Amino acid sequence: MNRSIQWNISLRFMRVWHRNFIVYKKIWKINFLPPILEPLFYILAFGIGLGALVGHINYQGREISYVAFIAPALLSINMMYNAFFENTYASFVRMYYQKTFDAIMATPLSVSEVIVGEIVWGATKSLIATAIMLAVVSLFGLVQYPYGLLVLPLSFLAGMAFGAVGMLFTGITPSIDMFNLPIFLFITPMFLFSGTFFPLNDLPVWAQKIALAFPLTHLVTLTRGLCLGVVGVNLLFGLLYLILFSLIFIPIALRAMHRRLVR
Amino acid sequence: MIMMERHPHIIDARDLRKVFGDFAAVDGISFHLLSGECLGILGPNGAGKTSTIRMIYGSSPMTSGSLQVFGLDIRREWRTIKSRIGVCHQENNLDPDLSVLKNLEVFAGYFSIPRGEATQRAEKLLRFIALDHRRNDTVTSLSGGMMRRLVLARALINEPRLLILDEPTTGLDPQSRHQVWEKLDQLRTDGLSILLTTHYMEEAAYLCDRLIIIDHGKILVQGKPKDLIREYAGRDVIEVLNPDSELLDFVKSSQFMHDSLDRRLIVYGQESDHIFEKMADHYCVENCIRRMATLEDVFLRLTGRDLRE
Repeated sequence: MNRSIQWNISLRFMRVWHRNFIVYKKIWKINFLPPILEPLFYILAFGIGLGALVGHINYQGREISYVAFIAPALLSINMMYNAFFENTYASFVRMYYQKTFDAIMATPLSVSEVIVGEIVWGATKSLIATAIMLAVVSLFGLVQYPYGLLVLPLSFLAGMAFGAVGMLFTGITPSIDMFNLPIFLFITPMFLFSGTFFPLNDLPVWAQKIALAFPLTHLVTLTRGLCLGVVGVNLLFGLLYLILFSLIFIPIALRAMHRRLVR
Repeated sequence: MIMMERHPHIIDARDLRKVFGDFAAVDGISFHLLSGECLGILGPNGAGKTSTIRMIYGSSPMTSGSLQVFGLDIRREWRTIKSRIGVCHQENNLDPDLSVLKNLEVFAGYFSIPRGEATQRAEKLLRFIALDHRRNDTVTSLSGGMMRRLVLARALINEPRLLILDEPTTGLDPQSRHQVWEKLDQLRTDGLSILLTTHYMEEAAYLCDRLIIIDHGKILVQGKPKDLIREYAGRDVIEVLNPDSELLDFVKSSQFMHDSLDRRLIVYGQESDHIFEKMADHYCVENCIRRMATLEDVFLRLTGRDLRE
């Protein structure tokens, strides 16, 4: 039934991206603040405060400072948050309260183009925030270049992955308050147990296996490798994981949004 | 223009159905809209008005039937069709994150209208709806009437061949309503084809060349407003408050169209009815009102007086 309307995807999705970009630009100074301040706060609290207790960490046979250990994790978490929150709360507000999607659906765009535009926008926000944060973190000498530059395309890919999951929840959530559930069950455990603030090896083996299912675990490994300049074939596995994760969750998110919007 | 001549029917709907679960919101309706015509769809709440037009502007897939817009099949050429339609939704869905002018410019982007052209059109439309002095304000600072006019302007940004309006003046004060009507009348005079839904009879009578009255997803009647009034409510109406039994018997024994309500008797008569005149002279003292028949009489006679909630 009108499948073509529902699934047709052309480059027109960039119109939706552009709409969000215009709104973002309007208050860019405020949008730029979190990725500047957040790493500063964390480096202050964890680096100077907690770091003094922890000392150095052995990571893949290298002695690195605690700050150098968590800086890539902060970048990764930042990628996850930007995309996930954009495609949950912000997308939900546009869809449910502002009826923005309804208005766009009466133009030549398809529903899929609206949703893809939203997800690509979430990934773009992840990229912008990562670029700013990377610059701040680099000031502390915590990023090895040129590999560190690869963190930028990685942040876009990660944005697609986490944005797709966010959009899936937007497609099925009954109300905006229910986003607490995926945050509590999905985002918070990842935030803590993805090799972010302590090495995965410190976890019991069964927990390590669970952690390997988390996309954030692979993202942190990738970002850490790139920031420390320790690049090997082992990173390809994480990259493959994130690509597959996106390829699986984008269609699922589209399907959920179709169910919700096309009546 | 050549296409429009080949397809005088802007909309051609045949046996259109929309089913939600086991509820048929639109239950097999057929109608057409001619080029340059203003067609109104009337019906009580839940009659299927919005479901019908949502299928036409491509936001809702039809369950069965056939639907051609501009002579094109909505299932296959939806993108072309949607690019030539302007839609005013029932709910205000202006973009609160954008200014008045930006609302129009960004919307033009969805139609792939180049930026310079978009700004030109936006400025022209803001003058048309008399909002050019508010171009940089946020839409949330506008009054209800201004927002409606802006929604109308936004629907015109792609220079549509068909304008679809879902209850365009619901919730507006009389001044704003008349202002919207005036603009719509102007567009109609310029030859724009218009499809609108409403439950304001005055609006339908004022704007529409032809009406379709629907209820429970089916078409009850269609025709020109004047013809519908003449056929279903006559020319004059006498309303009697607390009629006595003598009058009730008289009306029942006569051939008059009438409705007997709890405390009111409504009698519909034609101009040539002498008995109608007689009744007016004979039975009516103080409790009678004689007035012209209206579309509202037609509507209530056809769709009943039960509340739709």
